[in-house]
Amino acid sequence: MHITRDFSHYVRSAGEGVQHIDLAVEGVHCAGCMAKIERGLSAIPDVTLARVNLTDRRVALEWKAGTLDPGRFIDRLEELGYKAYPFETESAEAAEVAESRFLLRCLGVAAFATMNVMMLSIPVWSGNVSDMLPEQRDFFHWLSALIALPAAAYAGQPFFRSAWRALSAKTTNMDVPISIGVILALGMSVVETINHAEHAYFDAAIMLLTFLLVGRFLDQNMRRRTRAVAGNLAALKAETAAKFVGPDEISQVPVAAINAGDIVLLRPGERCAVDGTVIEGRSEIDQSLITGETLYVTAEQGTPVYAGSMNISGTLRVRVSAASEATLLAEITRLLDNALQARSRYMRLADRASRLYAPVVHATALLTILGWVIAGASWHDAIVTGVAVLIITCPCALGLAIPTVQTVASGAMFKAGVLLNAGDAIERLAEADHVIFDKTGTLTLPDLEVINAADIPADVFDLAGRLALSSHHPVAAAVAQAAGAKSPIVGAVEESGQGVRASVDGVELRLGRPSFCGAGALVGGATVDPEASIVAFSKGSEKFILSVRQGLRPDARAAIAALKARNMGIEILSGDREPAVKAAANALGIPEWRAGVTPADKIARIEELKQRGAKVLMVGDGMNDAPSLAAAHISMSPISAAHLSQATADLVFLGRPLAPVVAAIDASRKALHLMRQNLWLAIGYNVLAVPVAISGVVTPLIAAAAMSGSSILVMLNSLRARSASREIV
Amino acid sequence: MEILVILVPLALMLGGAGLVAFLWSLRSGQYDDLDGAAWRAIADDEPPQEAPAKR
Repeated sequence: MHITRDFSHYVRSAGEGVQHIDLAVEGVHCAGCMAKIERGLSAIPDVTLARVNLTDRRVALEWKAGTLDPGRFIDRLEELGYKAYPFETESAEAAEVAESRFLLRCLGVAAFATMNVMMLSIPVWSGNVSDMLPEQRDFFHWLSALIALPAAAYAGQPFFRSAWRALSAKTTNMDVPISIGVILALGMSVVETINHAEHAYFDAAIMLLTFLLVGRFLDQNMRRRTRAVAGNLAALKAETAAKFVGPDEISQVPVAAINAGDIVLLRPGERCAVDGTVIEGRSEIDQSLITGETLYVTAEQGTPVYAGSMNISGTLRVRVSAASEATLLAEITRLLDNALQARSRYMRLADRASRLYAPVVHATALLTILGWVIAGASWHDAIVTGVAVLIITCPCALGLAIPTVQTVASGAMFKAGVLLNAGDAIERLAEADHVIFDKTGTLTLPDLEVINAADIPADVFDLAGRLALSSHHPVAAAVAQAAGAKSPIVGAVEESGQGVRASVDGVELRLGRPSFCGAGALVGGATVDPEASIVAFSKGSEKFILSVRQGLRPDARAAIAALKARNMGIEILSGDREPAVKAAANALGIPEWRAGVTPADKIARIEELKQRGAKVLMVGDGMNDAPSLAAAHISMSPISAAHLSQATADLVFLGRPLAPVVAAIDASRKALHLMRQNLWLAIGYNVLAVPVAISGVVTPLIAAAAMSGSSILVMLNSLRARSASREIV
Repeated sequence: MEILVILVPLALMLGGAGLVAFLWSLRSGQYDDLDGAAWRAIADDEPPQEAPAKR
């Protein structure tokens, strides 16, 4: 059978006979990797560009059209030790990138204007107390206006647009008081300049925009980064399928290019990427990602298979059905939509702060104006004082209070092996006080391990490992890995659904089902672990039994103990059978567990906890967990999780240990603490500055000093989130 | 004070040049990979290309 790989879906033309592809690469994390990949790929003839993006973990490649097959790049990267997948930029991510650049451009313009207006303001401030001529002052004010007005019109766009959208929808947000403050300050300054007055606030208005744009850019940059992570995760899931393009010809194509009615080949050890029905072949399939059930299911002609199932022993031909028709997936998707809707009602800390902020500030400014008029001041002076109140209360520090902490904290979490998938994840995770774990793939490792390796002579185990290399069966892969086998035995033959056999020095070796190895009698005698899969190994007349199962994550006990020490409620909800769940719960010291739970039951349990006022953190990996991940207050998935759950989870953690879960909770709690502290700092600043503004003695110098002082204080305080500890004790 | 006629436009022009340089660096993608750029600065140079064969 002839197999080709088809990447044309991902290749695009970069003009003038040059083609371009983006690859997401796993395991790039340092300068060494970067240089190695770029040199390795540039060495291929006709490659015109190979550039690694370390931030997004991607490689951009360009080459002369028609000369190279993109599959070659992936093979080359594999040789260099990196797994790469073709990558397609989602439109959502492209939009985030464009927005990020726009904000940076605005920030550049605003910063330029601030510096130059400040250069003109300082002579005015010092001239006001010495011997500056009024004509010179007016000249400087007009120059400031010339710089500040166009710059504010350009750099203020993000705020003006958002404020206009909010007002059109008859609501209000943080940008409404910002826009009003900036426009009034600039307008008043122009009027004052025309009237040859002493004070103009061009510097304060444009500086305010600069500080706010810093906060806005950091916020947007974090969102862009989480989106890039999500995009890479989608690509790393390698959603391709082997599609029949002729009676005997197969092409490896992306799932997006597969339609209902197509026939795909599912080989042993492959994960099914589509929903469909088996039309030919016989095999066992592992549906644990979908149902949580770890026992294999037999698949034969007519058996439905779902995306996410792992094919274990035989080769299957599957006719693709329309994905949305599959009852199980449709059910899960429906639950997911409902849960996501409920969650979007969560209100971020920044929104809550701004909802309080706007009315208070505007009322204060209005009262100031009225107060001064009643006290006998002229309308002109009263309005100038009122605008000064608006300028001084403009939420400069408030706008920085949360994004700076989030940026620093997400960097610290990234170092601890946690990726953020949602912008407001930190706030919600910090509030969690009850953790629900799924068992399979979450508390246990996603891959299998041999539990009785110590009972078997080392040389025999080594031989079994080498023989196992010749099989596609996942259990065999686990045996090979446990034995650290490197070189396969020459001439080994795999018998589909039975095992592998080979002969070495005239002795026949067999690895596979106990009956295949003639070891059926041994199995009956051994005390069998309910969760384990049994394989037998025979060497001539010697017979051995290997018991293979999913092991607990290495530090699961310590992580659970650490969570208990943090006063969090812990329980296990698993779709797996009772003995398996019970064993894991006992080993970890978790008294509360339920087995055989359906996705709907999991949601019901979460709702019940919500009613009692608990904030639930759901940690799960299966497709059956996706709805409950969405229903929980906050959710986490391991990187090995099913695509759907990973896309739903707010955070994704990397690697084998469970420690990142604890580290993430600690980092987010610290971050929330700092966010609150920053908000209090900002409020404290206002409490000090507002009376000064109301009394009417504020000069542009005081406004500028107070504004930059409070912003810098808040930024420095945010940097304390860096020191998030990685210890779990 | 006539010196202002020269100094103020000069200062604005210098600032403007800075802004143009920033916008150019943004457009040419120099802010796309800040982590990588930090490492590139200290990475070793490419090994010298082998001398082309003499004709």
